[in-house]
Amino acid sequence: MTAGAMNRETLFNTVLAVLLLVLPLAAVAIGEPFYVTLATRMAILALAAVGLNLALGLGGLVSFGHAAFFGIGGYVAGIFASHAFNQEPMLFGFEGSDQMPVIWLSAMLVSALVAVPIGAISLRTSGVYFIMITLAFAQMIYYFAISWPAYGGEDGLSILTRNAFPGLNTAQPISFFLICYGLLMAGLLLFWFVRNSRFGAALQAARQNEARVAAVGIAPFRIRLAAFAMSAAITGVAGALFADLNRFASPSMLSWQMSGELIVLIVLGGTARLFGPVAGAILFVLFEFALGGLTERWQLFLGLILLGVVLFARGGLIGLFAGKARHG
Amino acid sequence: MSTALIIEQLLNGLQFGVMLFLMAAGLTLIFGVMGLINLAHGSLYMIGAFACAVVAAATGSFWLGLAASLVAAAAAGALVELAVIRRLYDRDHLDQVLATFALILIFSEGARWVFGSFPLYLDIPPVLQGAVSLLGGAHYQLYRLAIIGVGIVVAAGLYLLISRTRLGMRIRAGQSDREMIAALGVDIGTLYTVVFALGAALAGLAGALVGALQSVQVGMGEPVLILAFVVIVIGGIGSVKGALVGAILVGVVDTLGRFLLPKLFAIFLGPAEGATTGAAVASMLIYIVMALILAFRPKGLFAANT
Repeated sequence: MTAGAMNRETLFNTVLAVLLLVLPLAAVAIGEPFYVTLATRMAILALAAVGLNLALGLGGLVSFGHAAFFGIGGYVAGIFASHAFNQEPMLFGFEGSDQMPVIWLSAMLVSALVAVPIGAISLRTSGVYFIMITLAFAQMIYYFAISWPAYGGEDGLSILTRNAFPGLNTAQPISFFLICYGLLMAGLLLFWFVRNSRFGAALQAARQNEARVAAVGIAPFRIRLAAFAMSAAITGVAGALFADLNRFASPSMLSWQMSGELIVLIVLGGTARLFGPVAGAILFVLFEFALGGLTERWQLFLGLILLGVVLFARGGLIGLFAGKARHG
Repeated sequence: MSTALIIEQLLNGLQFGVMLFLMAAGLTLIFGVMGLINLAHGSLYMIGAFACAVVAAATGSFWLGLAASLVAAAAAGALVELAVIRRLYDRDHLDQVLATFALILIFSEGARWVFGSFPLYLDIPPVLQGAVSLLGGAHYQLYRLAIIGVGIVVAAGLYLLISRTRLGMRIRAGQSDREMIAALGVDIGTLYTVVFALGAALAGLAGALVGALQSVQVGMGEPVLILAFVVIVIGGIGSVKGALVGAILVGVVDTLGRFLLPKLFAIFLGPAEGATTGAAVASMLIYIVMALILAFRPKGLFAANT
């Protein structure tokens, strides 16, 4: 990759980061709080996709089941909040919590803990098998959620008041947006850090040539499993935020369509690019909003656009602006 | 719990399995020959069901509807193969997933546009209405038995097609070495279109047959598609025999699990608690079976040598 392309990508990333921060603040200033919610949605979906990008972009692990972790994060937020609200103990006398930091850490932990056995089985295979198996496991969790009546079953689980963050009033849209934006930046920092670490180098090398990585004494399986769990944890936090945004943990967060959308976000933006998920999420939410305003059938047009991108414009939005990705 | 009830549930499982086989056979052939993962297979199932419901409603004949479902799904399959799928054979699986995911969005919204969001209903043809008596005094719906019969015929037909005909020879050759049979002068492009249309027709047939048991609506294909994935992962991708065994296994395990597990859990947890826990565990059962099989045989039970 040339230095020029590098600079263009950095410039593009900076513009995206600034726009995503400034536009909601401007929306508040002119009294259009609806756009703040739209931007919050972008930030949360972007964070979920940053998580998936770690597995899919860096590791080449095409997980079609990341909705499982997105939904688990959402349900952790919903379940903790409902126990705290009703003051009934859940496990070992723990009474739930309505504090976001507690919920986030738990969402990361639970998502990662679920990801380890799923990853351990799925990563024994590769390619198409991996895609189908991650899809199947996500579907298993989806069916469990809708057939388990304790936490809402098919109706989902409402969060009566948005969970709290020390020192901020989360009921204000702009405060909640800033929290989500902060976490998105933290997630991007982590992705950048991982990509440039020894661990990230091994992960990317395993994607490019598994045999050579094994030959130099690195076990690809363990690296991939760690990346899969880390990726699940990030997507889990995003799920907790998403449930708080809608004040609702919905089984649809666990659905296969959600898994598909997360992949779409990454590819629309640019696979394995640092800001690919951000560009993709902005584009996706804008499509949804703009096309959704024009026609009820916006998904038809989304499908056509997506088909066009896959067949003719590989590299996504960032590829369009900043040139071809260095795949590595 | 009487024997009759168990037999009935077993047959239900078999019927469900046969239906999964019709879906899985096409998917596994398409993967085996072209190396393509096709998420839009569920849309072809939906197209078959809609074609059958519309033609049956217009003509009053279920059989014409059934024929229409085969034609419509095969035509849609061939069209999609020529327009889109063809460009994906050389791409990686991520691109295939995305493009066929886009096709799902297009087909689902398109169907909703044409047919609306309300489900259509399809009547069981008069000849196949009613029940038959089985050994042990059990009664069983004739139509479901007929579906099992269709499955057996299709399985036998596929076996003969693949092992005894020139087309089957080419399909097997395509599975082992694509470049080689192209080099030997076989028109590989036409072969791909034919295999894709064949898989699509089977999916359409499944959709039409099930349409008379349930309702015909947008989104009916994807839950079945995901189960068909479980089937071919269990059976080994590319193997039609594996698809048959996997489909029957998944159908029977799922049906019996939903029937027996709530009763089993009720013994330990009491009736109310047991029924809900049992139902929740039963909904996960086939995925647990899949995980167990993969833990021992990561390539499935009958992995094809692709």
